[in-house]
Amino acid sequence: MINVSKIKKGIVLDHISQGQGYKIFSQLKLDEIEDVVVLLRNIPSNKMGKKDLIKIETDIPLDLTVLGLIDPDITINIIENGERVDKIKLKLPQRVTGILKCKNPRCITQYEKVRDIDFILADPKKRTYRCEYCDSHTSL
Amino acid sequence: MPSHVFGKVFFRNKTNGVEPMNKTKHLIEPRDFTIEELDELFRLADNIIASPKDYLDVCRGKLLASLFFEPSTRTRFSFEAAMLRLGGQVIGFDDPSASSTSKGETLADTIRTVGCYADIAVIRHPREGTAKLASKHSPRMPVINAGDGGHQHPTQTLTDLLTIRHYKKHFDNHVIAVCGDLKFGRTIHSLVKAMSRYENVKFIFISPDELKMPAYILDELHDTAYTQTDNLEMVIDQADILYMSRVQRERFVSEEEYERLKDYYILDNLKLQNAKEDMIIMHPLPRVNEISDEVDDDPRAVYFEQARFGMFVRMALIMKLLELEV
Repeated sequence: MINVSKIKKGIVLDHISQGQGYKIFSQLKLDEIEDVVVLLRNIPSNKMGKKDLIKIETDIPLDLTVLGLIDPDITINIIENGERVDKIKLKLPQRVTGILKCKNPRCITQYEKVRDIDFILADPKKRTYRCEYCDSHTSL
Repeated sequence: MPSHVFGKVFFRNKTNGVEPMNKTKHLIEPRDFTIEELDELFRLADNIIASPKDYLDVCRGKLLASLFFEPSTRTRFSFEAAMLRLGGQVIGFDDPSASSTSKGETLADTIRTVGCYADIAVIRHPREGTAKLASKHSPRMPVINAGDGGHQHPTQTLTDLLTIRHYKKHFDNHVIAVCGDLKFGRTIHSLVKAMSRYENVKFIFISPDELKMPAYILDELHDTAYTQTDNLEMVIDQADILYMSRVQRERFVSEEEYERLKDYYILDNLKLQNAKEDMIIMHPLPRVNEISDEVDDDPRAVYFEQARFGMFVRMALIMKLLELEV
């Protein structure tokens, strides 16, 4: 078993579905930051069988809705002075901004530079979102 | 640590290049107006129809920008006639090659620039969502969607509603038979959505199998609110409103398929024999063969009046968005 020391201040993303850790690591562009980041994969878990986990030693505030879209089952632990001060259970966000891209080839966003497109939750079961411009449905 | 290290995925951007929220009212889709706001708009249109001379100067000194990135006759003329009849003036283009977009200018920059000159803008564009994008870059100038691809055409819906209100006096308790190309007709989709907001409205959808109403429209209706058939003659006697539509050649991949379906329904005097005396026949125009010329003389045929109402409702819309009163 590999041991990773506790972080003093930052965020621990726990209960990431096995195999999703790297996807989240990439989506959050964690390879671009200079703080300490640890990605652990295939950790034994009583509840999940196996899980992934990410530790980030940082004081930057996070946009939690983003993580909710990627994997709503993740638990976010906020760490200060080496102790967990908050535990946040994510939900599928009602609205996401700037993450999804519209897949409708007739949508204006395919032709113009449109930053931060809003997508509104359309079907929670299918995790599909409606483009604010053309109303077509898409998912991550 | 600079926020750009994480990129936009990680953090909410405080500014994103889009103008801040503002109170300028736009018309992008029919549901941008509540039923109460629609009633107010139609009352104003009624007043204009009753006494157009009272409105001759209401837009004096105001400029309408008419931005047509794809061809249109009816809608463009209707808007331009509306503005001129209100005493305003019109600038614009009906060919995108005549605009700076042909030089590579973004839509955002075009709209920001137009907003420096005009008081209100009408935009038609082949891409879906264009009017909404334009409205986001127009903090002071109201933007009206005159058609964005196959997505929305809200002022045609206003035209249809004003016509129904004029002839039927109310929107509730009607049986509306919608006939023809129900698959591709954006005006029909908008009309069904708009009319389904009223009490006890029943729809009869009449189309060949290949051109049936899309599931996403049916999903929004109660099961008892509609029936489907391919036989116009069998159901025409039930209709209070018959809404005919053109089979849209431009939507077909196969010319053969279009030729096979284009004359599937032709409304003529014989078929009208069983229709109610006070039924009205509507059509968004242009028609091809789906309504025989002989029907034009039937008092129930209101489709050319419908086009006239289109101008009046656009006059009312311009006044409402510019917050002008007589």
